[in-house]
Amino acid sequence: MSSIQSTVFMALQTNDDTRPIIEALQRDNPDAVVHRLPAMVKIDAPRRLVLRRSTVEEILGTDWDLQSINLNLISLSGNVDESEDEMILHWNR
Amino acid sequence: MHTHAQQTSVPPLVRDRVDNFHGQQLLYVGWDHHTMICAPIALLVSPELRFGEVIDDLLPASAFALHPEWPQIDWARVEWLLADRPFTPERSATLAAQGLGHKAYLRLRTPALRGIAGSGA
Amino acid sequence: MNTQDTRRPTGKKLSLKEKYALMTRGLGWDTSYEPMDKAFDQLGLEGIKIHDWDKWEDPFRLTMDAYWKYQAEKERKLYAVLDAFQQNNGHLNISDARYVNTLKLFFTGITPAEYNAHRLFAMLGRQFPGPGAAIACQMQAVDELRHVQTQIHSISQYNKYFNGLHDHTVMNDRLWYLSVPKSFFEDAISSGPFEQIIAISFALEYLLTNLVFMPFMSGAAYNGDMATVTFGFSSQSDEARHMTLGLECIKFVLEQDPGNAAIIQRYLDKWFWRGYKVLGLVSMMLDYMLPKKVMSWKEAWEIYFVQNGGSLFNDLSRYGLRMPKYWEQSVAEAEHLSHQTWNAFYNFSGAAAFHVWLPSDEDMAWLAEKYPNTFDQHYRPRIEHYRKLQAEGKRYYNPSLPMLCQTCQTPLIFTEMDDPTRTSHRQLEHDGDTYHFCSDGCRDIFAGQPDKYVSAWLPAHQILQGNCVEPGAEAAGDPGADALRYFHVVAGQDNLDYEGSPDEANWLRWKGLDKTPPAAAA
Repeated sequence: MSSIQSTVFMALQTNDDTRPIIEALQRDNPDAVVHRLPAMVKIDAPRRLVLRRSTVEEILGTDWDLQSINLNLISLSGNVDESEDEMILHWNR
Repeated sequence: MHTHAQQTSVPPLVRDRVDNFHGQQLLYVGWDHHTMICAPIALLVSPELRFGEVIDDLLPASAFALHPEWPQIDWARVEWLLADRPFTPERSATLAAQGLGHKAYLRLRTPALRGIAGSGA
Repeated sequence: MNTQDTRRPTGKKLSLKEKYALMTRGLGWDTSYEPMDKAFDQLGLEGIKIHDWDKWEDPFRLTMDAYWKYQAEKERKLYAVLDAFQQNNGHLNISDARYVNTLKLFFTGITPAEYNAHRLFAMLGRQFPGPGAAIACQMQAVDELRHVQTQIHSISQYNKYFNGLHDHTVMNDRLWYLSVPKSFFEDAISSGPFEQIIAISFALEYLLTNLVFMPFMSGAAYNGDMATVTFGFSSQSDEARHMTLGLECIKFVLEQDPGNAAIIQRYLDKWFWRGYKVLGLVSMMLDYMLPKKVMSWKEAWEIYFVQNGGSLFNDLSRYGLRMPKYWEQSVAEAEHLSHQTWNAFYNFSGAAAFHVWLPSDEDMAWLAEKYPNTFDQHYRPRIEHYRKLQAEGKRYYNPSLPMLCQTCQTPLIFTEMDDPTRTSHRQLEHDGDTYHFCSDGCRDIFAGQPDKYVSAWLPAHQILQGNCVEPGAEAAGDPGADALRYFHVVAGQDNLDYEGSPDEANWLRWKGLDKTPPAAAA
């Protein structure tokens, strides 16, 4: 198709709820690039981005419900695959 | 499957048919390479209007006359197009007589004039 | 759809997948008094074939109980901010009163569109027999209504202090430039159910809403508008789910039957172009209306359409889909779109419900930097000419009515990419009448469904037919004055330039910047 390098992204509100989420994304996705814009943080990654509940819980030191990401998620791109333990964004090609 | 959506056989509503303009018609006029006037203009005209009246009466009251190059137009040398085809108007003939029907799009070209500071505006 | 589900709760906490299965598919049933195809009578009209609705799955696996919980939490957060905004006179903390004009455009153009989206999804939820799809549509119908309400609440604080925000519903119905977004939604809502969901969930939400909400809301934050950032991001947190619905929907339909791909591609081609044309208004907001700018339209189009859309279509190519027709043209036009759109509003600011102003030297330097290929060459001379005229007290207003595109209803303000100062125009004959278009894309859309678009309510033509007179009011005899009153635009207050407006006078007074002595009492 096009010669575009396929990129997935997740955009989150800038607030205290999302700080551990962004940190977890950086820890679990070494290729991810974090862009800090006014009021919003956009995390890009080539083809695949994974958010793990266990990593967020480790940073927070307490339980965390992955579905609560719905409160602070601004936008995303990629096929979504979500369970209790992780949310994966990916392109198949 | 039988549905309401399939039962519609009423003719479509043509909202801008000429009958809706109370004896008048639409004529659009554009001036190439003068984009200060942001779009071609829509004029309400009688089909019996003579072409000369468009130039002498209607355009001077339009946005065109506010362009700084308007006074410099040499009307004898204007190139006219009807949509994309070259067109030779007759000043004394009516719009109807020279085929300028409802929703005709007339363009004028003034190759000597290239818009504000030659920018095409 | 089965009514027997063996996966009964056993007392232990359900997994997300189990809960989703029970609370979506487990809630479905087949009609018995009437055959299913009669109960869902619009499904066969478009030629899309669905063999198994149970294959539809929401990847977020959001069930109604979780939905209410999270939406309630979003509302609590939003209204806490709105209280703080009101109590602290937040409207005084924006970068400049010019900024409020972006809100005027948003509130009259986008908020009513959210209401139409609510209606559309309420109808769609009724049309899809699969409970997964029906529930996702139901949630979105409630979301869209929430967006309308929170936007009205948020902007009501601005309505107390600034002009032009007083009548968004009537303006959306009547005001000439708002027929562009209005006709987009009315075109969608009068389509078949699959076309509706492709139009809104996929073409609009997935491909294009990022362009509205991300740079614009980030721009609101940058310009100190706490209320708009908050409702914007509160809305946008629903959009992530809507976008996922759009992508799931398109994959589901394509996987159901190989014959569906050609129909879906046709819808994509149409709705990409329809949506792109609506976004002309957003390009002007980004480049000309935000006092403190976040990114240019060209940059936003590159990130959110070229990069993001390119990735998406790489993925969808396995189903035989390609990028929407004329997408390359949208990229070439990104160099021109905002400049041409702004010029239309500078021409017709007498008939708008918001103010315009000339870019400052600093603004023009920014535009030249962001648009090195076009701004200085094509657009700066025009602005400098306007500036000279204004300094002489001879501000140029366009007194004529513009020629409009029959499909997108935008005036013919766009130009040919190989000759960027010549108007782009296409026409065709249909059933004895001539129809005019701004682009190949709009002409093709008309040619596909001429009976639909011959009935377009084109504002300029309606004015000339004498139909734009306030009901019950006596015609003033001046079509311009009559039209303004019909639009519910208050002359001298809502329209014209920011400089010299009551908005400007108030702002200077509130901020202690007013240098003129107060007028003597009458």
